[in-house]
Amino acid sequence: MREFRMVSVAGILGYGYPEASLDAALERGIDMIGCDGGSSDPGPYYLGAGKPFVSLRALRRDLRLMLRAAIAAKVPMVLGTAGGAGGEPHLQLVAGMVRDIAREEGLHFTMALIHSEQDKALIARRVREGRTRPLGRAPALDEATVDRAERIVGLCGPEPYMRALDAGAQIVLGGRSSDPAPFAATVMRAQLPPAQGWYAGKMLECGAAPAAPKGPDCLYVTVREDGVICEPMGDRACTPLSVANHSLHENSSPIRHVEPGGVLDTSDCRFEQVSPKATLVTGMRWEPAGTYTVKLEAAERVGHRAITICGTRDPLLIRQLDEVLGIVRALVRSKAADLGIGAEEYRLTIHTYGRDGVMGAREPVQGTNGAHELGFLVDVVAKDPDTAAAVIALARTSMLHADFPGRLCREGNMAFPFSPSDLTAGEVFRFSMNHVVVPDDPYDMFPIEYERV
Amino acid sequence: MARIRDIAKVCKSKNAGPFDLTIDVVFEDDATFARVQATGVLSAALFARLYGVEEQDVLFTPYPAGRAFKATLPRLIPAGDIGDTDVYGAQQHAPLLEVDVPI
Repeated sequence: MREFRMVSVAGILGYGYPEASLDAALERGIDMIGCDGGSSDPGPYYLGAGKPFVSLRALRRDLRLMLRAAIAAKVPMVLGTAGGAGGEPHLQLVAGMVRDIAREEGLHFTMALIHSEQDKALIARRVREGRTRPLGRAPALDEATVDRAERIVGLCGPEPYMRALDAGAQIVLGGRSSDPAPFAATVMRAQLPPAQGWYAGKMLECGAAPAAPKGPDCLYVTVREDGVICEPMGDRACTPLSVANHSLHENSSPIRHVEPGGVLDTSDCRFEQVSPKATLVTGMRWEPAGTYTVKLEAAERVGHRAITICGTRDPLLIRQLDEVLGIVRALVRSKAADLGIGAEEYRLTIHTYGRDGVMGAREPVQGTNGAHELGFLVDVVAKDPDTAAAVIALARTSMLHADFPGRLCREGNMAFPFSPSDLTAGEVFRFSMNHVVVPDDPYDMFPIEYERV
Repeated sequence: MARIRDIAKVCKSKNAGPFDLTIDVVFEDDATFARVQATGVLSAALFARLYGVEEQDVLFTPYPAGRAFKATLPRLIPAGDIGDTDVYGAQQHAPLLEVDVPI
């Protein structure tokens, strides 16, 4: 039976994996090596600021082993959503790292870069042409939202990866991509069915997450005409249950997975343990979509953040917490006005750990539930760093010194663990798009550049 | 009666993209899954009540192959926006742990 053997080194490049696991995959024999490079999960900052969410040191280590393996095994290497958020600075960061490693290790290859960052003028034109659609409860996309975006990326499908590999690139670095797409591309190039390709991609994009127990590891997947076999390389196992349950991970439905050119339907999948560590999955289906769509992600700048952290051990304060926090807010408002800072120029959020710091308004437990101490994270977001610093200083002193009825702790309400107590936390972004766009074809939003390294 | 915390093998929450939260409950074996499903307690209506959203905004999917139930619903605040408390959405499962299932 025809087989295509794939290895994914890790759930995210830079999260780490055992070198022994990669060696074990090479020993077994591979036809491709890949990794998902990113996620929107760490939040909008990384897309907006153009920075990775793993350390450069970890990224370089994970990349070096992968590159060496790809060249040694003479197989293609694909990396999706390079640099964490897959914008142009992220892609260039990883491309630069690949060139450095190649020079240090004496490796030579053709590299393709697939660009996913979108031209705002083009997206604005698509809005005017009526070629964008909202997802979920999002309102229709408008040009003002496009204009405010700091960075917009499209989620690339498998087609540009296939084109880059067909053109002879051995190393393909992609910007923001649908997580399974780089893997699915290599399966479809091997003339195996798209359902198997997408399913394999869904498994591989998270490293060894489909195995139990969970841990950083390489996942080895064998794709055949009839199905997909998943096996972790380290000391863990893919069982029918662990693999089936991976279909629940970070998506809205375990049975319908929407991708750029269609839907992967896993509702009739069957799972069969074929060795102590491996499970065969069959019965996946691919339904091509009538219209090819590309999902957009964007981040817009909200302002600058400053925070302070403190706690109280005062039962008299805790029993009238809302009143005290109300006094603090009023004090901040009035003192800020004295500095010429209007209430509309900043957002003050006080997270109360020990009450509803984790679930906010969805916390079902009412009140402080007998807590003997509470922790506060005081958060100020303002239009510039100076305003944020000024307001957080007012918030700190107000938390410390606000007077309240029955107060006995007259030297201070709060314990501050740090000096300085105020911390600047940099720029703040928000995700600003949840839309798809109808491209001319699967390639036009994702230009490919080739270079000889 | 049995609480979810006593009979589930997994009970977890996570982002499904920056605007949605997804909550999964997984049971040990097919029999437990079937018994829980037969009670009808785990439903879109339950998640709507626990998380303060309209029932029509809950995508509820029983998933027998994984012995699991999944509910996906809107986040209160998009991940990482001002006022968000849980960027990864990884700690929003607790209300479900206390739900009683008559099995």
